[in-house]
Amino acid sequence: MSLLATHDLTAGYGDFQALFGVDIALDEGETIAIIGANGAGKTTLMRSIAGVLRNAPQMVTFEGRQVGALPADEIVGLGIAMVPEGRKLFPSLSVEENLLIGAHGRSGNGYWSLQRIYDLFPILKEKRRVPGTSLSGGQQQMVAIGRALISNPRVLLCDEISLGLAPVVIRDIYAALPQIQEAGAAVIVVEQDIGQAMKVADRVHCMMEGRVTLSGAPSDLSRDAIHNAYFGAAA
Amino acid sequence: MIWIDTIAQGILLGGLYALFAAGLSLVFGIMRLVNLAHGDLIVLGAYLILLVVSILGINPFLAAAIAMPVMFGFGWVLQRLVLNRVLGEDILPPLLVTFGLSIVLQNALLEGFTADSQRVRAGPLETASVDLGAVTLGVMPMLTFASAIVVIVALNQIFYRTALGRAFRATSDDPVTASLMGIKPASVFAVATGIAMIVVTIAALYLGMRSNFDPTIGPARLIYAFEAVIIGGLGSLWGTLVGGIIIGVAQTVGAAINPEWQILAGHVAFLVVLLIKPRGLFPRAYD
Repeated sequence: MSLLATHDLTAGYGDFQALFGVDIALDEGETIAIIGANGAGKTTLMRSIAGVLRNAPQMVTFEGRQVGALPADEIVGLGIAMVPEGRKLFPSLSVEENLLIGAHGRSGNGYWSLQRIYDLFPILKEKRRVPGTSLSGGQQQMVAIGRALISNPRVLLCDEISLGLAPVVIRDIYAALPQIQEAGAAVIVVEQDIGQAMKVADRVHCMMEGRVTLSGAPSDLSRDAIHNAYFGAAA
Repeated sequence: MIWIDTIAQGILLGGLYALFAAGLSLVFGIMRLVNLAHGDLIVLGAYLILLVVSILGINPFLAAAIAMPVMFGFGWVLQRLVLNRVLGEDILPPLLVTFGLSIVLQNALLEGFTADSQRVRAGPLETASVDLGAVTLGVMPMLTFASAIVVIVALNQIFYRTALGRAFRATSDDPVTASLMGIKPASVFAVATGIAMIVVTIAALYLGMRSNFDPTIGPARLIYAFEAVIIGGLGSLWGTLVGGIIIGVAQTVGAAINPEWQILAGHVAFLVVLLIKPRGLFPRAYD
């Protein structure tokens, strides 16, 4: 049984349907990447799993339990935390407060504590008193990741964590991934950077127009197959 | 000398207006809700204190301590059952609902307590004063001002030193992302309104002891509260105290020149500040 799975997941915004029958599964300790162009439905998929968008109960299962209809504040309590697209730090909170607020929904102990987050991203300790939104983009992304980790999630959802960041900064952020995996979180990364996704993921799902068009281990996927799945062009 | 006295009285009066405004500022700061029934809720609090005083025959301060949890509960239920349902992108529904609530409260109080004006009796405290040489200050106005400072310090402590305060600020910034942190915005808003109702009860205590009140005076208190909040800069509690003081001083100075100018002078001061600093004296850096 998968740790987390979506089953024939459909979702959208009002009359606009953004997902059409998406099935993905995440196993314990696994990292999967969701790739696809803008508008492919990647963020909608993340928001549906995180409970920002509510679905039919059976469309999302976590540890065998139907959680598709639960609101976001209950989903994080179960152990699914999200690093949202655009980081979304709270402007009126300092760096440290932004990190601490991530622990609001979960009381249990786990590997991640404020100190461990500072060990992972030492720059944040130096800047802990300044407003979170005054940091550089890369540092803000570190806060957003730390804020999600501090709830000690079983599943970490990372939505476009490299968006708008310089390659050297992206490298630093992805350097933290092995430690996050070792600490016991299964990870779903949403990426537009295909190379980065192929490097970190055990399996890759490519989405186009609200559907999964290609799935497989990075080593099994040819460049042409990904190109076709990504852009829908004939081979 | 008379001017020093006038200004001192004005500053102390500002404490009362800051108390009127602090609850309004708290609710607006957290959920962007303009509560048009705020003044009527203060009057409701005053009647509740009066009721407790007359039934139990106790000191008004004790009566207020009993009224506080009742008002907290009322605020919590009001937010959960009514106001949370109308909060959203559109600011009009909450305005209409709180306007309706204002009318309901006024008429319910009229029905329950008649139109007779009432007062919460505080005994010798009402007339006690301290002679400080240049000025003679009433004990009641000084208590009011001190209470305003205590309320603002306490609210700031809650805001900046507690997990609840963190949740308030995060929810105020971005309720959707806050829910991703495990925060329930609906519960946070209910607690915030409950706390605002405790502040309302403190304001009601001084309103009731310092002057006569009847079911219709709520909207005028709302105007003073509004002006204090806007002068201070939306969402800044210390700014609200400064706003209250500016209105208070303008009113006492206006009254010293010509008693008919008292109320008008307060409103003129508000408009002058608005002309010079449209976002108030201490606006938040982001919005």
